[in-house]
Amino acid sequence: MYQQAKRLYKLALCPVLMLLSLLSTGAWATEGNPQRWQTNMTPGVTEVGAKIYDLHMFVFWVCVVVGIIVFGVMFYSVFAYRKERHEEPATFHENTKLEIAWTVVPFLLLIVMAVPATSTLIEIYDTDDAELDVLITGYQWKWKYEYINPEGDNVSFFSNLLTDKAEIGNNEAKGSNYLIEVDEPLVIPVDTKVRFLVTANDVLHAWWVPALAVKRDAIPGFINEAWTKPTETGVYRGQCAELCGRDHGFMPIVVNVVEEPEYKAWMATKQAEAAEIKKLMAQTFSMDELVERGKGIYNRSCMACHGANGEGGVGKPIANSPIATGEVTAHIDVLVNGVPGSAMQAFGGQLNDVDLAAVVTYTRNAFGNNMGDKVQPIDVYNFKKGQ
Amino acid sequence: MGAHGPAKGLTRWLTTTNHKDIGSMYLWFSFAMFLLGGSFAMIIRAELFQPGLQIVEPEFFNQMTTMHGLVMVFGAIMPAFVGLANWMIPMMIGAPDMALPRMNNWSFWILPPTFLLLASTLFMEGGGPNFGWTFYAPLSTTYAPPSVTFFIFAVHAMGISSIMGSINIIATVVNMRAPGMTYMKMPMFVWTWLITAFLLVAVMPVLAGAVTMMLMDIHFGTSFFSAAGGGDPVLFQHVFWFFGHPEVYIIILPAFGVVSEVIPTFSRKPLFGYASMVYATASIAFLSFIVWAHHMYTVGLPIAGELFFMYATMLIAVPTAAKVFNWITTMFKGSITLETPMLFAIAKVFLFTVGGFSGLMLAIAPADFQYHDSYFVVAHFHYTMVAGAIFALSSAVYYWLPKWTGKMYNETMGKVHFWVSFIGFNLTFFPQHFVGLAGMPRRIPDYNLMFADFNMMSSIGAFIYGSSQLLFLFNIVRTITHGKPVNDDKVWDGATTLEWTVPSPAPYHTFSTPPEVK
Repeated sequence: MYQQAKRLYKLALCPVLMLLSLLSTGAWATEGNPQRWQTNMTPGVTEVGAKIYDLHMFVFWVCVVVGIIVFGVMFYSVFAYRKERHEEPATFHENTKLEIAWTVVPFLLLIVMAVPATSTLIEIYDTDDAELDVLITGYQWKWKYEYINPEGDNVSFFSNLLTDKAEIGNNEAKGSNYLIEVDEPLVIPVDTKVRFLVTANDVLHAWWVPALAVKRDAIPGFINEAWTKPTETGVYRGQCAELCGRDHGFMPIVVNVVEEPEYKAWMATKQAEAAEIKKLMAQTFSMDELVERGKGIYNRSCMACHGANGEGGVGKPIANSPIATGEVTAHIDVLVNGVPGSAMQAFGGQLNDVDLAAVVTYTRNAFGNNMGDKVQPIDVYNFKKGQ
Repeated sequence: MGAHGPAKGLTRWLTTTNHKDIGSMYLWFSFAMFLLGGSFAMIIRAELFQPGLQIVEPEFFNQMTTMHGLVMVFGAIMPAFVGLANWMIPMMIGAPDMALPRMNNWSFWILPPTFLLLASTLFMEGGGPNFGWTFYAPLSTTYAPPSVTFFIFAVHAMGISSIMGSINIIATVVNMRAPGMTYMKMPMFVWTWLITAFLLVAVMPVLAGAVTMMLMDIHFGTSFFSAAGGGDPVLFQHVFWFFGHPEVYIIILPAFGVVSEVIPTFSRKPLFGYASMVYATASIAFLSFIVWAHHMYTVGLPIAGELFFMYATMLIAVPTAAKVFNWITTMFKGSITLETPMLFAIAKVFLFTVGGFSGLMLAIAPADFQYHDSYFVVAHFHYTMVAGAIFALSSAVYYWLPKWTGKMYNETMGKVHFWVSFIGFNLTFFPQHFVGLAGMPRRIPDYNLMFADFNMMSSIGAFIYGSSQLLFLFNIVRTITHGKPVNDDKVWDGATTLEWTVPSPAPYHTFSTPPEVK
């Protein structure tokens, strides 16, 4: 029995020692990526993040100290007052002073924790005086970023998971940014207070980037606010934090924090791209142009559900489907408005009219559908206007 | 005495109104659900053993996390404590049976068909519930698989069963205490259950309200949880957690009660601070009603609300700490032996306190912006639910098994079960604190390579913990079939409560004449 007590004592201490090892092994994500064997929260690259980290460590150390005292007394009792050493138990069963003391002392400790917690929280809630606003919309299963520009057109784009299906299926070696890489990252300038307006299109999502110390739920029909002010350039990664259906684990977030000039240059490119699309909307395309563009869009936005050869999967087959080989307007309708109650989303707001026209044309002429007809951006525009 | 034995065959179990029979059925049922929910957990941990998708598709993975939570909370832990209440409360307060024996039968027999219904959704077209055990709208309404209606019906049925069980416990404790058994003389287990029963009666109807609103949104065109129709998805979370937070105390308070029985027995010293234990339990129960939104720090509450819920949540640490101090002071200067029930009770106090520490950290709203919905939360609540509740249940089973069967379990096997559980449990859940702090969200079927090491540890630990429960089952069955009869009806020399004054095994009817309590 004595041997067992000794074992209990040692083994029970293991988690405490592991807890204490938090700091010694505490590598953290200075680059915004999780590190191997990382055991602690990242202080991140914002002032608020550093305050949250300090608060976290403060409460942690209070817990460690209280834990050492409480578990110390507990294991001492188990050890010293074993029956073979302490045959006659004491009979005391109350002590008012002691009981008042251990009610009051924890209460005071809590007040000491509540003070910095309150001030940090007030700071997190202060979204005033932002220099840049970005509207973030969660979709099943991607993010849309829209830069709100007071003098002119907004710039917006979708950010999709970049990781190859072959890596997820274990057919190819996994890269170091496995599942935390996207096709188009959010780009924001360094040392700038950026306000995020967070919402969702379908179900709940949550936008979380640990290094920026931001986590906000994205709620369909409501807009939440959050802000960050990164002090270091770099690439910071995060993931959706609220269960949002099948691919909840596959909608990462990448934020590229760059110097102001680089941001301006990037923004200029995005604006030029937007202007280009606007121009394209008025153009008429040849079949080859539409099919080529449509193929790219299909592979990015449709393939996951409808299959590489239109054979179907989560979504219905497109090869020989009544929609893709049926009336054009009905086909456009399915893409623009989606199919309510099914996994088919409304792509009217997700793709521009050029891309919609291209993908409709492509699916009508690929996978053995050979309809031979084409849809121009103006057709999609007119359809949308006519609804 | 009018003593008569049980009926023969299957009718005995179907028609029984005997609290011991019903208690046994509850315990066996909950053990079966524990193994079912556990096998779901094994599937989850097997998929998470390595990065990449190996065993299940994400869609099925979500069904597993959902069903694991539902089955463990509603099928395993809650019915197990109701089983203990049925067996022990009448014997501990000197009553011949529960106050409402026919309702007792019914509240049990609702459960097996309910869980059959819930489990059958896994085989339906579109799969079973896949929206997490917290079933947040609109994922659980507009975007739910068709089987959600069966899920709603199952939740209603569980709620009815729980409410009837609780009313029975309240009626029994209030009306059937033996002469001289005043409220402040009741064993702690009875006190914690009385308070738990009030919590259940208060919040199960709220859960029923939440699922009814879901049903209306899904089938009758209302928009409680849809902004497009004037509703609010966050309303769901408020209603759910108004149930859900008291629910976690519904699970943990009876576990506190078990520990408050076991520790004095094996310390051979009365429970320290009995009165303060009662007040602490009542305070925890009261506070549990005003802290629900700490599960929702990131939904965009106004700052005043955020601060209120933060302060109220932190306050729970005070009565909870008082309970831990009381247990430890009970051991202090006692005369301690470490039989299996005591090992589980000490481990419960120790590990539950670790869960309490991470709970305090989670209460700090600004820090919660980093913890929320990460594996840190998963680690936290498994420290309170598995170590807090399941360890207490294991302790209770070993403690009272000799009273139930009249036979002694195998102590060595019990100790092996304890140590394997203890190591397996910590290996599973301690590393989850680390991956959570490093940024791994919960409820994902696949993860970045940097989380791989700790996840593999976690999975190995889970397989160890899971398989140790088979040893537990074996030990129980072996005790019933081959156990050595106990020498003394009292079994444990330090035990003081009334159930130890009746023979072991406890006869079919006990306290037909009430005992006198001085």
